Amino acid sequence: METLDTQALAHRIRLDALHMVNRTQASHIGSMFSMSDIVAVLYGRVMDKRPTEPSWPHRDRFILSKGHAVAAVYAALAATGYFDPALLASYYSNGSVFCGHISHDVPGVEISTGSLGHGLPIAAGMAYAARQEGAVHRVFTLLSDGECDEGSNWEAILFAAHHRLSNLVAIVDYNKIQSLAPVSETLALEPFADKWRAFNWNVLEAEGHDHEALAAALDVTPVPNGRPTCVLAHTTKGKGVSFMENSVLWHYRTPQGEEFEAALRELEANTHA
Amino acid sequence: MRDAFTRTLFEIADRDERVMLLTGDLGFGVLTSFAAAYPKQFLNVGIAEQNMAGIAVGLAREGRIVFTYSIANFNTLRCLEQLRNDACYHAANVKVVSVGGGFCYGALGISHHATEDLAIMRSLPSLTVVAPGDPYEACALTQSAWETAGPFYLRLGRGREPTVHKDGSCVVLGKALRVRAGTDVGIVSVGGMLPDALAAAERLDKEGIAASVTSMHTLKPLDEAAVVALAREVDLIVTVEEHIACGGLGGAVAEVVAGLSGTRARVLRIGLGNGFSKVIGSQEYLRQIHGLSPDGIVERIVTTLRE
Repeated sequence: METLDTQALAHRIRLDALHMVNRTQASHIGSMFSMSDIVAVLYGRVMDKRPTEPSWPHRDRFILSKGHAVAAVYAALAATGYFDPALLASYYSNGSVFCGHISHDVPGVEISTGSLGHGLPIAAGMAYAARQEGAVHRVFTLLSDGECDEGSNWEAILFAAHHRLSNLVAIVDYNKIQSLAPVSETLALEPFADKWRAFNWNVLEAEGHDHEALAAALDVTPVPNGRPTCVLAHTTKGKGVSFMENSVLWHYRTPQGEEFEAALRELEANTHA
Repeated sequence: MRDAFTRTLFEIADRDERVMLLTGDLGFGVLTSFAAAYPKQFLNVGIAEQNMAGIAVGLAREGRIVFTYSIANFNTLRCLEQLRNDACYHAANVKVVSVGGGFCYGALGISHHATEDLAIMRSLPSLTVVAPGDPYEACALTQSAWETAGPFYLRLGRGREPTVHKDGSCVVLGKALRVRAGTDVGIVSVGGMLPDALAAAERLDKEGIAASVTSMHTLKPLDEAAVVALAREVDLIVTVEEHIACGGLGGAVAEVVAGLSGTRARVLRIGLGNGFSKVIGSQEYLRQIHGLSPDGIVERIVTTLRE
């Protein structure tokens, strides 16, 4: 499997996402920056895939359950060869299939989401099918922390552990901020890791912007103890642009004008650092 | 109908190992033999219908043909968004089978009255919607669910429904099925109301009114040609459904007839009004008090013709 420079890929993802969101006055840039490193490590290093053959049966599956942060995934798919990067220009625009929430009409996308709490049950179904077939591929799904308010996730968490789906990895982009307020002030999740453990999952905690730590956590499946794996990726919402970091504002605010220019300067400066 | 479904599913599962049956922890005594015979094709997901719908889509995306089984509104309304976004939008091979359409579980209370499902499910893009009128229709349409690519909703009764047809050879998905001739009134029924619609037609004979009866087991895609032909043939089309009178069969037929120019039939929609049942009772009892017994149907038709 080809391994890419995941730092360069993460940088590409952030720049593309910023441009896409700026061009279309879209939201969710903070959520995209939060998970850019996770997506870069998955697409650049961890997942087995064939971009020129998106339906290759042995590919690792990835479902973005926090579908609103899709620009980062579209950027990753473009950068890794699923389609012409010029197509990113149609994101969130009239006549496009590049929806503001992830769409399976885009090459390389397994499942459309947009309403939260849908990805993990579908991922569990895919993992169950793979296990039944004796297939070796893995199923990854990426959730937001606020998304874990949705009860459907906890139905799937019970199911995956009961059926010992060791080929399933649920990654939580744990930036501790949801759309209106911090998670702790909205619907507290802590002790979060203990909750997953109590449901009989393996829990690995990783610094969500440290590529080595992420790769080590994400590449553990299938695990010998037969449990599904939860990777709690401790992230910073808005990571990469100082004035967006840890800010509730940048869940919905769209970067325009001087704020866009400043964000671009920061990202570009970080490349050369 | 439930037994007709399970019997057919046994045959299908035996021939096609892609077929899986998921249940939300319901079907005691009905599904246990399936689970014993085809353990790899059976999965009790627990009392978690949203997850069941998601799991079904995940399995279907990996090549399975997945039947999700539950009763009343549990595998439809409880997980409606999963059916819309995950099953229908992805054109997944998920076959939703709900037992207990209408007032089958009448005494269990409002939670178990499946009386809006047809309207709601009919509105979902790409979903095929069927409600068999007798056990032969249930067999044939279960077979159709297996053969038809994409999402499918099968609304069943419970058990011990009378047979109307001699066999299932007359049942074709998407084709209205005329079961009685008559030139004055055209009664169209969906689901388990078929025997009562026939009984009503027999009684109308005594009033000097010749009524045809059509089983519209496939609500979507609707056999529009049959509706158009009926609208030209009679003065009054009467839709009969154990369901609210808007959005289901009556709504579907009225939508077609409203678009016709020239002389065409009026449409009388017989179904439930805009309110929950104030009382509980057996299916027969609730049909009777809500105007869905053969006598109730006759009375509405006679009154309408006199207007």
